[in-house]
Amino acid sequence: MKISISWLRSLCPTDISVDETISRLTMAGLEVDGMEPASTDFHGIVVGEILAVSPHPKADKLHVCNVDDGSQTVQIVCGAANVRVGLKVPLAKVGGQVASGVEIKQSEIRGIESNGMLCGADELGLSSEQTGLMELPEDLSAGTDFADTLGLPDTIIEVDLTPNRGDCLSVTGLARELSVLTETVFREVLILPVASETDTQVHVTLSAKSGCPSYVGRVIHGVDVSRPTPLWMSERLRRSGIRSIDAVVDITNYVMLELGQPMHAFDLLQLKGGIEVRFSRVGESIRLLDGKELILSDDVLVIADQERALALAGIMGGEFSGISEETTSVFLESAYFNPLTIAGKARRFGLHTDASARFERGVDWRLSEHACERATRLMLDICGGKPGPVVVTQDEESLPAVTEVILTERRISQQLRITLAPERVHNILSSLGFGVERIEKGYRCVVPSWRFDISIEQDLIEELARIYGYNNLPTSLPAQALSMASVPEAITRVSRLKSYLVDQGIQEAITYSFVDPAVQKILGDGHPGVSLANPIASNMSEMRRSLLPGLVEAVRYNVNRQASSIRLFETGQCFVECNGGLDQSERLGIALYGQSTALHFSGSRGIDFFDLKGFIDELSMMNGGVSLQWEPGAHPSMAPGQTACIRKGGLVLGVVGRLHPRLSRELDLPKPLYLADLALSSLTEGQVTAFKEISRYPRVNRDLAILVSEAVEWQAVLDVIIEVGDRRIGEVELFDIYRGPGVADGYKSLALSIKIQDLEATLEDVAVQVLVDEVVSRLQSRLGAELRS
Amino acid sequence: MEELQTIQNTAFDEIDKTTSLLSLDDVRVQYLGKKGVISAQMKTLGAMPADDRPVAGARINRVRDAVTIALDEKRKQLEAAVELSSLEREAIDVTAPGRKSHVAGLHPVTRTLDRLNRLFSSLGYEVATGPEIEDDWHNFEALNIPSHHPARAMHDTFYFQDGRVLRTHTSPVQIRTMMTQEPPIRILAPGRVYRCDHDLTHTPMFHQIEGLVVDRDISFADLKGTIVTFLNRFFEADLEVRFRPSYFPFTEPSAEVDVQCVMCKGAGCRVCSNTGWLEVMGCGMVHPKVFEHTGMDTSVFTGFAFGMGVERLAMLRYGVGDLRLFFENDLQFLNQFHG
Ligand SMILES: [Zn+2]
Repeated sequence: MKISISWLRSLCPTDISVDETISRLTMAGLEVDGMEPASTDFHGIVVGEILAVSPHPKADKLHVCNVDDGSQTVQIVCGAANVRVGLKVPLAKVGGQVASGVEIKQSEIRGIESNGMLCGADELGLSSEQTGLMELPEDLSAGTDFADTLGLPDTIIEVDLTPNRGDCLSVTGLARELSVLTETVFREVLILPVASETDTQVHVTLSAKSGCPSYVGRVIHGVDVSRPTPLWMSERLRRSGIRSIDAVVDITNYVMLELGQPMHAFDLLQLKGGIEVRFSRVGESIRLLDGKELILSDDVLVIADQERALALAGIMGGEFSGISEETTSVFLESAYFNPLTIAGKARRFGLHTDASARFERGVDWRLSEHACERATRLMLDICGGKPGPVVVTQDEESLPAVTEVILTERRISQQLRITLAPERVHNILSSLGFGVERIEKGYRCVVPSWRFDISIEQDLIEELARIYGYNNLPTSLPAQALSMASVPEAITRVSRLKSYLVDQGIQEAITYSFVDPAVQKILGDGHPGVSLANPIASNMSEMRRSLLPGLVEAVRYNVNRQASSIRLFETGQCFVECNGGLDQSERLGIALYGQSTALHFSGSRGIDFFDLKGFIDELSMMNGGVSLQWEPGAHPSMAPGQTACIRKGGLVLGVVGRLHPRLSRELDLPKPLYLADLALSSLTEGQVTAFKEISRYPRVNRDLAILVSEAVEWQAVLDVIIEVGDRRIGEVELFDIYRGPGVADGYKSLALSIKIQDLEATLEDVAVQVLVDEVVSRLQSRLGAELRS
Repeated sequence: MEELQTIQNTAFDEIDKTTSLLSLDDVRVQYLGKKGVISAQMKTLGAMPADDRPVAGARINRVRDAVTIALDEKRKQLEAAVELSSLEREAIDVTAPGRKSHVAGLHPVTRTLDRLNRLFSSLGYEVATGPEIEDDWHNFEALNIPSHHPARAMHDTFYFQDGRVLRTHTSPVQIRTMMTQEPPIRILAPGRVYRCDHDLTHTPMFHQIEGLVVDRDISFADLKGTIVTFLNRFFEADLEVRFRPSYFPFTEPSAEVDVQCVMCKGAGCRVCSNTGWLEVMGCGMVHPKVFEHTGMDTSVFTGFAFGMGVERLAMLRYGVGDLRLFFENDLQFLNQFHG
């Protein structure tokens, strides 16, 4: 909410500086997040009275005026349409300066001397619209300093209120707070009842008592809507960011800003029969002041007459019942609407009005009558008219209950670690409007009707802390019993896995959890992801099922920025619907593109499948983890023949492979991209090391070259050797695969190295040979392998 | 006898002149070989009278030993020269680059989260996590944000058709923890959160970290002390910290925390909008309603909670000016957070 410092000071006459005011409010939880001067820097402007107007001899649209500047009569050429004798206007004297920064000089306009300038509000930075000369009140005398008249200079502050402090959406509310904070008297607006002069009243029926338990109405006859809004009022409205419309609407807005009570003025003649406050009917329509037509459901509170809904209660008035130029009789509404009824409705219709902002947060239900009297007084003063009686229609039972909260001394000292003297507690709370009664070891507090945010003891603790000053409260660290955390050794920390990947030159990425459904479709497993109902954009509308869409996008992003080697990983939750439930477990994705190692003068090569496989195997073996099973696999987005399905135990861990060349082309990736998508939790399963006896005897390495058919996988060779079941056989390594001269088509030669070692004795050559022969004969019988000489 | 002296001198001369191991071997054969000069001298002993033989034999042996030593020394010299020249040929440019892996590091958000974890784990906090697709109850209701609450408008929420939401904060982890764990509770809940907001200073996804402490007799003073200590440790500087009353439905009293601007040390700059202060986190005492929802006994336990945006902290810590950089995954950005 925007408010000017001068208005605030009129209710809280403090002499602290503007900066200090801002600081006090902010530090009390009423954050001032903006501040600006109320006017641009003009000077040398006085009230001028136009004494004579004659046409310019050489220009149709210009006039030559004689203007009284308070000390002399000056001749000024003026082009405004509303120039006329007797008008009082802002006069920029020679040497003065207008809002644009232009200095006024004596000049000649088409041959006629001009000694100054008559100003419009826009030229003084007081309006953004060009509406001719600014017409000043007649009672101002010529020569008066214009800035003084407007109470300038002044500062506008913008208070960003938290949703619990609806009571501060008014000058009264803010001034009350500031008074407490600065220990200044709070000068509440003095409101006296205005006696009725006619009997006219509108009958009000409350059909939705919980939504509207109290409705105050008043008729005012003989209102002159054409009367201008007084300068002081339109200026206060302007400084609060509200545009002047007409006197009647301005008055309702003014009262809302001043007291916090949103009001509405109906044209009495447009009301058909009495007023009914009721819920809307399904399909009922209403055309709003802004011309928008709404179709309502059955839960919107409306102000209706006997024929139709006239206004959305607490949100916005309707088009047909508002004040117009023809209005002569006004029906003023000052009601209390239940926040629960109003909340969310404005947002549903894409509206956000000053009224809805206040009613949603809670408007003082005891204020309605007061505000009605205030508006009546202003209306009579400005537009004239004869008021009818104030008619209060209320359902006592539905009105908010008076809240009492018990505050204990124990709670104050336990929570805030201070001891407050009873007088101090009493002072703080009563100046905030609470009724405070001392009871044994505490206080009984009656919550003021404007505070909707106080219902429990902690709320009062906050009030005390706020006024005492959060930063004046003591500071400590929690006293806590020492306890030792558990450190499960069999679980590999994810941070360890990440460190490993980083050390291999693989950079961590973080991509959005929602992805482009089209990308997920081509990079996914054929199933759609869970869709957001209100995505921010269509390419961010589906929850990722794997980390691949995000990583591939990240690779592309960097390829487009001329990166030649891109190695990325990401961990994070993925979202997969299964068995009617939703799996949200963490996954690990890796993307490798470009060089295997950084470019080096000694040579380097492109990344391939086995780089990626090596990383994944090492991750799995970390911390005593078991090795993975790699099987030829298939994935819609990966290259057939270069894709593996990975298992650990019986569980499928994920897929590793090369992005299908067709997709690489579609995605503009000139080099092969290798991808892995794995369940992270399985990789974190390690085990606590159980020591195995080491052998004291020498180890023998035997190299073998065997010929096998192309169809025989390395894993099968390994399985056969393991099947031999001899404990002396240690590591088996594949150190060469050869195809070419000497090896028949359809065959390959595998060179393997077997480590053989006995735990209890030095191996004799003969024993080694027997063992190797056994291995070879098994490979022969099981896989048709032949020993190559 | 003069002859022996001459043999020794000549041998020394020849050894001296030798320039290769090969010719050195020739010299060795010439003098020490079976048919060599010194062996020939030995043979002359037979012709001497028996009494003279021991003395003459000893003389010849001395000459032989001297020549042998001279040959050995020369051989070592020549070998060293050979090795040196071969090393000269193998000389490398030690300023040429070493073989390296690619430059990589953790994402700055992870790096920041790791630091936060370490800071708080030293105070006994343990990490707790929860699902990112949450139900309305955990994300809102249990946190005292009923459906009509204006605070819901402050959370621009992503919804799913079935009414579930992308969690708007990591606070639901508080709820999950309190429902399954007895006090004392000291947890840290890091993770991704989502708001339906996308502009220069907002990304629809970001990271939050929340702390929760529940125990007997936890006070607002404890909260203040924890936060002040944390901020000074995190920024590794003695910074002023101030607490402003604020509003969160799940805490009462609530506070926003400002830290003295880390860029200008409070003098005022663009980063702090010339206020000298940076808003870095929100916190407060756990609202009794939240305790009620989770079955915590409010007559015995009190607690505090705090929450902050991880990207915001990382931006301030590393001087990053644009939030969107965190999710573009540009290697030029990421590689700056090496190792
Ligand atoms: Zn700064």
